[in-house]
This record gives sequence, structure tokens and C-alpha cells, in this order.
Amino acid sequence: MTGIFEYAAAPETTKPVLREEYGLFVGGRWLRPKSGRYFDTINPANEQHLARVAYADDEDVDRAVRAARKAYEKYWRTMRPVDRAKYIFRIARAITERSRELAVLETLDGGKPIKESRDFDIPTSAAHFFYHAGWADKLEWAMRAGAEPRPLGVAGQIVPWNFPLLMAAWKLAPALACGNTVVLKPAETTPLTALALAQIVEEADLPPGVVNVIPGDGATGAALVRHDGVDKIAFTGSTEVGKAIARELAGTKTRLTLELGGKAAHLVFADAPMDQAVEGIVNGIYFNQGHVCCAGSRLLVEERIHDEIVVRLTDRLQTLRLGDPLDKNTDIGAINSRAQLEKIHELVRSGIDQGAVLVQQSCSLPERGYYFPASFFTNVQQSHRIAREEIFGPVLSILTFRTPDEAIEKANNTPYGLSAGIWTDKGSKNMYLAQHMRAGVVWCNTFNQFDPSSPFGGYRESGFGREGGVHGLYEYLAH
Amino acid sequence: MLEARAGALSKRSIKTSAKIAGIRLAISCMDLTTLEGKDSQGRIRSLCAKAICPAPQYPELPSVAAVCVYPNLVRFAKDALAGTGVKVASVATSFPSGLSSLEVRLADTKAAIEAGADEIDMVIDRGAFLAGNYQGVHDEIVAVKRVCGDIHLKVILETGELGSYDNVRHAGDLALEAGADFIKTSTGKVGTNATFPVAVAMCEAIRDYARRTGRRAGLKVAGGVRTTKQALTYLVIVKETLGEGWLDPSLFRIGASSLLDDLLMQYEKELTGHYAGPDYFPKD
Repeated sequence: MTGIFEYAAAPETTKPVLREEYGLFVGGRWLRPKSGRYFDTINPANEQHLARVAYADDEDVDRAVRAARKAYEKYWRTMRPVDRAKYIFRIARAITERSRELAVLETLDGGKPIKESRDFDIPTSAAHFFYHAGWADKLEWAMRAGAEPRPLGVAGQIVPWNFPLLMAAWKLAPALACGNTVVLKPAETTPLTALALAQIVEEADLPPGVVNVIPGDGATGAALVRHDGVDKIAFTGSTEVGKAIARELAGTKTRLTLELGGKAAHLVFADAPMDQAVEGIVNGIYFNQGHVCCAGSRLLVEERIHDEIVVRLTDRLQTLRLGDPLDKNTDIGAINSRAQLEKIHELVRSGIDQGAVLVQQSCSLPERGYYFPASFFTNVQQSHRIAREEIFGPVLSILTFRTPDEAIEKANNTPYGLSAGIWTDKGSKNMYLAQHMRAGVVWCNTFNQFDPSSPFGGYRESGFGREGGVHGLYEYLAH
Repeated sequence: MLEARAGALSKRSIKTSAKIAGIRLAISCMDLTTLEGKDSQGRIRSLCAKAICPAPQYPELPSVAAVCVYPNLVRFAKDALAGTGVKVASVATSFPSGLSSLEVRLADTKAAIEAGADEIDMVIDRGAFLAGNYQGVHDEIVAVKRVCGDIHLKVILETGELGSYDNVRHAGDLALEAGADFIKTSTGKVGTNATFPVAVAMCEAIRDYARRTGRRAGLKVAGGVRTTKQALTYLVIVKETLGEGWLDPSLFRIGASSLLDDLLMQYEKELTGHYAGPDYFPKD
């Protein structure tokens, strides 16, 4: 059925500068990998090949760590902080200047809607560099009185595929501001914006080796973690891998921060502003196809408004536009990879098998590419897998509670503890609940708000350490 | 979140065929308005001519939905529009403040209807609303609706004076319960007129009222809508909050004056790829 006011295709037309082949960015130069191996990165929206990317093996990791060490000793640790700041400002400005191109690249490589990479990923990435550039020569003010800010040395940083450039920015900016040098390993499915960032670092004329970018897979990351020349590992990714890293580093001198999975409780009380809450729920679970570690994936609603919320959410689902991520009107883009799509399918099947009721947006999926419609489950019980495991897709589980205390108990009944959301128009109830959420970030009457000045991080199996704000600086300073 | 939602909707990219469809729709849903102290018979005649045929070089473009004038000018508009489908809307009830006795406001309404108005745009007593006299505001709307009978009643909330989105929503609910055929944002006579978040809030009120009662009421945005981009965003807001069924002059109106000129210029630009100067279109 065609309506009277259908949105015509509105594709973003900026062409990113895409090389056919990317090497490793080590010691300020683009190198062929010692491994001799290259891997393909594809566009998950249509499964088309984008570029060939060098694969870093143990030997390449070693080269990168040595380059970072050399740059640390030779340039970065002794550079005047105000000069470090200038370099970081340059990176921030370059990201801003090339924002459209970076947005297109992020969307091509990862499948997220262009409106999100354009309005969220890229500007927030630039904001992190701007914020931390400001800190570089003011670190004394972050310390206890009399304490001297000292960098750690070489930081090995491993970032995930859901916010490739933004996560790289979260890691690089504070490390550099505090005087550390970096070996960054982007995710296997989304290396391109990290490599574009390496180009920016090159053009910003940072001393060689201060930032090194080595694409690869889990084995590359493991080699970086094992390398004894690394003083600090910062990892964002799955809880499973995070645990393996923690085991590997137990008893060593290497410092560690982990930002892992989540199964956030999103609480909606009967006195909440309903339409606002529905928008918050939609933003909480369907932003970036639900590939968000702090996604509000466990919706807990007061029992007496359950049916009303379901009606409103069902209607709202139909207005979400799923399709070509490069179209400026797309709300739901492509799932990042075939493997992730299969994982979502598997968990959704388990939900149906265990008796939950699936509601989905009715739309046809593009023939090629990896897509999953915006979905939610009703009749979910605490014991269901879909109420306990991280789906990392556009799938919400709806449960109910009767009293605030029951809400707290159910919200905290998870091994994770990254984020939580609360919707109620009563301020005192909001404050009471926020105090009782075992989660690193609690959003009240809003969701998914991020700012470089605000620390982010988890409890329990969602990891430890904070990124952003003053607290994020401590993770890259000796104490 | 309301502002965030409105912000997201305002970023919809409406291009090519969607833009042309949107421009036609916006024209067909327009209440072409003149509400100035210096309005005269001649002014009304020329406005009506433009309302019937917005641009002679584009006869395929629809007429506007209605011409909106002060009560004293209704009969001239009625004459000028006789035999066309374009309706005559009249502001009434001591527009824009509404601060006369109820008798005077009802008489004002009655006079406009007797002069031939097809639609009445009334104002609510914002002072009474803000003082908490909700029953009084409700009852006055009921009284005006009784005078109107089958005549279409649009209730102006004057959202720029209500102070909060909660109040906008509450006033909208109240007007709908009192029998408003349309709820309308603004008079165009105060500092803040129609805004995107206010339109979203009012659409939500209309949607929930329809869900509750089955009666479909309409939305009119008015005041400060000057550009095609703004008009298209209002269409997007209505489409994505109420559904395409509401994109019809019987359920959606834009009250505006200079907007029509911009719509025509953008229409020509879409067809030819070039912007024409404003003097290629009649300025009325």
C-alpha cells in the first residue's frame, strides 16, 4: 500500500575516501603485516566487500608495542602537557572537519543508521578528544593535593564493533591526555574508522608510535593482552572475553579496566509520563539495533500499566523505519554481522520455546544483508534465557512488578550491572530507586545520555573501571 | 524526551517525490490567514483569489482548505469564495485574548456564523486555565460548541501562554472532552506560537482521545509557520504520531500567510531545479 506522503529515498551522498587495502599503522608508518595475512571487511547492509585489511599476528603486536614503548620514552612522557594537548585538539578538530565522511564510513562498515553515526557517534567522538585535550595540562587538579600525575606507559586497548570510532575515542583520548602511548586493536568486523583515525593521527603529525592501530581478531587481542611490554589493558566487549583477560592478567603488574555486557533494567511506574516513557523504551532498546552494552533490554513495568504500555509500544514499533542504513530516514539499520544475527535468532527462538510472546514490527526485510525487525517479548519470566542473557539485538523483554521494592529486587537480579533506567514523575521515588540500583549508570526519566565529563562503567560482571570524567583519568595515571 | 522526539522527527529527510507530495498536501491543508487590524474588503478579495488558485502557472496545485479572517470580513470572503470548495473560517470569541464576557463571546461567534462562516476558531480563557478553573474553561468550550452546532469548531489553546507541555497536554485533553472538532496551537499573536514539541504533545492527546472514544479530532498548527521545511516537519509529526489517515484537510490544518509563497517557490524548484525569484508568484 502506498500512502499519500511516503518518504522518498534519501541516501547520504558523501563519498568516503576508502582505500582498497589498509596496512598496520605502527610507529607512524603504514606497514605490511609480518603475518602476510589480510582479511576482508564487508558492508553488513548488503554483504558487499569494502576493503582488505592487514591482520596483525603475535609478531606484529610485538612490533606495535615496541613502537609504542619507544614513543613513550622518546617523546610522549617528557613532552610538555600543553603540547600534548595541542595534538589532541588537532585530532578533535580533524574529526569534526571530516565528520560526514567518518559517519558514512562508520555506517558502511558497521550497518548503523547514518542518522546515528552522523548525530551521535562522530560528534561524541570529537567531544571526547576536545574534553580530554583540555585535561592534558590540568591533571594536577584531578589528583589528591600534592600527588603528581604520572602516566602508566603503554596502553593496549581493545574496542568492540558496536561503536567503533566512539569506543576508540573513549580509550585513546584519556590515555593520550595522561601521557600514555597506545596500541589500539579495533574489532574484526569494523576496522575502518579506527584506520581512518590512524590517518587523522598521521595528518595531525603526532610523534611516530604514540598511536598504533593493529587490526585483527581475538587472537590479536590475546597477543596484546599477553605481551609483557604493556602496562595497561583497557577492554570493551563481551563478558566472556573480559573474564578470560582478567584470568590472564591476574597476578601480573598490568593494570586492567573492563567494560563488558549488560542486561539493563528499565523501570516504568504507573505515574510515569507514558508517551515519554515509550520514547525512552524505544531509544533504550532499538538505538543502534540494540547493539549497546547499556541497552535497556529488560523492561520492568508496573503490572497495572502493562497492557497500556504494550499497546503503545506495538503502535510505535510500526513507525520505525527499517532498511538501508545510508538512508537518512532509516531508524533500524543492519545487524553488524552474520554471527550476531544468528545469535539473535537463537535467543529469540529460545524465548518462543520457553513460552514468551513475540511482537514484531511488520515490515519486509531487504533481501541482502543482515537484518532483524524491532521486536519485543511479553509474558517473559525471570527464569527465561531472554530475561537473563544479553541478546545484543533489537529485542526487548517485558516483565512486570507490583511495588517499588519488588522492582528493585527484580532489577538487581542479574549478574550484570552496567546501566538502569527509571520512569516516574515522582521525584522522591526516583531518587530512592536510583540509590538502590546496582548499576554504574542510572538514567531517570531519560535514557542513553552520554557526555565526556560523565563517568561510565559497570558493576560486577559488567566490568570495572570508569571511562569519562575525572574518574576516567585515574585509569590512566599511576597511583 | 518530547523535545528529543520532535527533534528527531524534524530531521526526517523529505526529498524529491516526497517533497512534492508534501507541498501539495500542505497547500491543501492550509488555512490561508489574514488577521490584521487593517484588513479590508479588497485585501480579502485578493487573498481569496489566491486561495482558490495559488499559482496560475501551476493549475495542478490544489486550492487551500480555507481562508481565515476576522468576523466582520466573513461575508466578503464568503462572496469571493462562493461556488468553490474553499471554506471560510472565522476567529471568534473576542480573538485573540478572549477576555470578554461569555455573552459577548457567544454573540461574536453567532455573528460570524450568520455572516456565513463554515468554521470557527475560538480561544480558551488562558487566565482561567492557569488559575486552575478547568471546569470553567471546559464549560465555555461546550457553550461555544452549542452555538456552533454542526459548524466546525477549532479550539485555540494558545500554547505559548500555557507555560509547560503538561499544561498543553491537559488543555488539549480538556478541549477534546468538551467537544472540540480541532485543537489548535496558537493565535499567532503572542511571542511563541506553534512549535514542533507542542505539535507532538497535541497529536498524542488527539491519538489517545481517539483510542479512548473512537472520535477522530483534528490538529491545527498556526503562527510562525513560514517555511516549507517547517510545514513538511508538521506533516511528518502528524504522519508518525497519528498516522497517514490524519493527513487530510478534514483532520489537519496549517494556519499561515507567507508560507504559501515559500511552498510555491519550493514546488517550482523541485520541478525545474532552480529557484525563481519571489516576484514570479502573486504576493497576497
